[in-house]
Amino acid sequence: MSAEQFHHALKVNLEKCYGCTHCMSVCPTEAIRVREGKAIIYEHKCIDCGMCYRVCPVKAIEVEQDDFKSIFNYQRRVILYPSVLTGQFSPEISTLQIIAALKHLGFTDVFEVEHGADYLSQAMQEYMNKNSGNKPYISSFCPAIVRLIQVKFPSLVDNIIQFKPPLDIAAVYYRKRLIDEGVAPEQIGIFYLTPCAAKIAAVKSPVGEDHSSIDGVINLDFIYNRILKVIKSNPGIDTSGIQVPTLRHQSIRWALTNGEVDRFEGRCLAIDEVHNAIEFLEKLENDEIPPVDFIEIRACDESCPGGILNVENRFIAVDRIKKRAKAHKDYLSSNPTENPLMQYKTHLDENCNLKPVQPRSMLIIDKDTNKALSKLERVRELMCYLPGVDCGMCGTPSCRSLAEDIVQKVAKLSDCVFIRTKMQKEKTLGNNLSYEITKKIWGEKCMDKDCHRPGAKHNNHNAKED
Amino acid sequence: MQLEFKVMGGDFANAGYASSEIKKVLKQINIDPKIIKKVVVALYEAEVNICAHAYAGKVSVEITPEKISVEVSDKGPGIPDIELAMQEGFSTASPAVREMGFGAGMGLPNIKKNTDFLDIQSTVGKGTTLKFINYLT
Ligand SMILES: Nc1ncnc2c1ncn2[C@@H]1O[C@H](COP(=O)(O)OP(=O)(O)O)[C@@H](O)[C@H]1O
Ligand code: SF4
Ligand SMILES: [Mg+2]
Repeated sequence: MSAEQFHHALKVNLEKCYGCTHCMSVCPTEAIRVREGKAIIYEHKCIDCGMCYRVCPVKAIEVEQDDFKSIFNYQRRVILYPSVLTGQFSPEISTLQIIAALKHLGFTDVFEVEHGADYLSQAMQEYMNKNSGNKPYISSFCPAIVRLIQVKFPSLVDNIIQFKPPLDIAAVYYRKRLIDEGVAPEQIGIFYLTPCAAKIAAVKSPVGEDHSSIDGVINLDFIYNRILKVIKSNPGIDTSGIQVPTLRHQSIRWALTNGEVDRFEGRCLAIDEVHNAIEFLEKLENDEIPPVDFIEIRACDESCPGGILNVENRFIAVDRIKKRAKAHKDYLSSNPTENPLMQYKTHLDENCNLKPVQPRSMLIIDKDTNKALSKLERVRELMCYLPGVDCGMCGTPSCRSLAEDIVQKVAKLSDCVFIRTKMQKEKTLGNNLSYEITKKIWGEKCMDKDCHRPGAKHNNHNAKED
Repeated sequence: MQLEFKVMGGDFANAGYASSEIKKVLKQINIDPKIIKKVVVALYEAEVNICAHAYAGKVSVEITPEKISVEVSDKGPGIPDIELAMQEGFSTASPAVREMGFGAGMGLPNIKKNTDFLDIQSTVGKGTTLKFINYLT
């Protein structure tokens, strides 16, 4: 698959974006530039981690989603919800009420994704015991991390466990179950309620499989308000026919930090937050980490409760999910139930392997080593002239990235504000031209008075449209 | 391309700096990750050896499209018996160094294993110079 085909769920709304540098400076893969006063995302570098979304002061980074109405194209409308959904609501709202509300909103089947973790924890342990693949094993759970490894740590792609995450396992199971019940395949629509952009990208352009088993994605923040509304307007919402989810209590915590690690034998490490992940992978790649068997890595702080589409504060959500898992443990001890997914083990064994993940290094400055080497020499030469302050005024995140962009012929040395000031003093650059360059990077508007800017007199950017 | 780095004896916290920087360069010029890994491992062990056994040293690297040539030279006690030092498990590392998790006696053997050419010159009481080459294609 070529870089151009990578689907990203994060898009810049050019109307709202006013070309500040927040997103550019936090992007862990330096995938963002500012041109003509707007942020642009380099598709081949983006890993859909959503850091840009978190910091945008005007909500100009948007997460695409499928039209909710598209669920009605199917007779059997299955929603796979992640356990983090249940952490969004206050403890007075029960999981059963949430399930009832999802049915009320139009889904015929509601199933917790982490049912798949009951199967996966066994399958992964077997995989590790068999010593297949490269050690240390890295979980395939977080799509932003899989993409991070592809673009920035290509030597580690073979360490990624070749198993689909719980979401895909749940989808493979549910489809098969409905088909076994006699439902026609074209009548089945399987949707995922996502806490993040990375999972959307994973559904729309999966890595290690040809096509995803999921038909559409619904964003968690979108459904949150609707669930709440249903429950508020039907306080006694009927939950009598609804079954308590049948997954193991440990699986409820799968998407929390340590959720995977707690299930395995051997030396395991859990890492969360994307910059932590980069720091760790850097060391792992250099063989500076003492021997470990398994590594769980997630892009979000506190893992999925920290996903960008969550509504509740992540620490509160984590606490609720842990409490729910504990209560579920007690429930199961007096109400032993079978996870129906486990009866499909053979089917899952056959359908839940991933193909090897392919590297797609964004770091390579030129495929031809000869050319790359001279480009790199040139970068080092340019760094002698650039001030090294990483101010971002050139529209790139750092002096180094400007130097690389210059070498790749997408930027000029005079884009650097320090170089430009000096050139003006030495009269090698006219004032008009200098103004034009600023305009090219920051647009004209940034030099005009505007009382609607964040923090300015008439600022009202925070209102969120729905 | 030429690169140089200083390495200080006892400064384990910064051991690995040169190998990380070299790794970045090799990644950018499209070298096979497997070859990069070998270079990084060899250079890291050489850096650690300066930290563990010598007083101060220097890493000089030359990269061409065909090969990477590394010279790691230090001022230090030198190695009296290089053949012995090359044996797996042989180590004179102090208890303090061992406590920090170094000194398994696998450094030099690992350097040998991960490079295409290795030459060690050492003068007792003066220092050690290690040269190695990895072909990049
Ligand atoms: N740069 C050096 N200066 C002095 N002695 C060295 C140097 N490098 C290695 N040695 C000697 O060779 C031995 C073996 O080195 P090595 O295989 O790296 O194992 P380790 O560093 O774990 O002891 C060391 O214990 C030390 O006696
Ligand atoms: S940690 Fe979870 S929520 Fe965050 S990007 Fe990864 S999968 Fe998405
Ligand atoms: Mg050593």
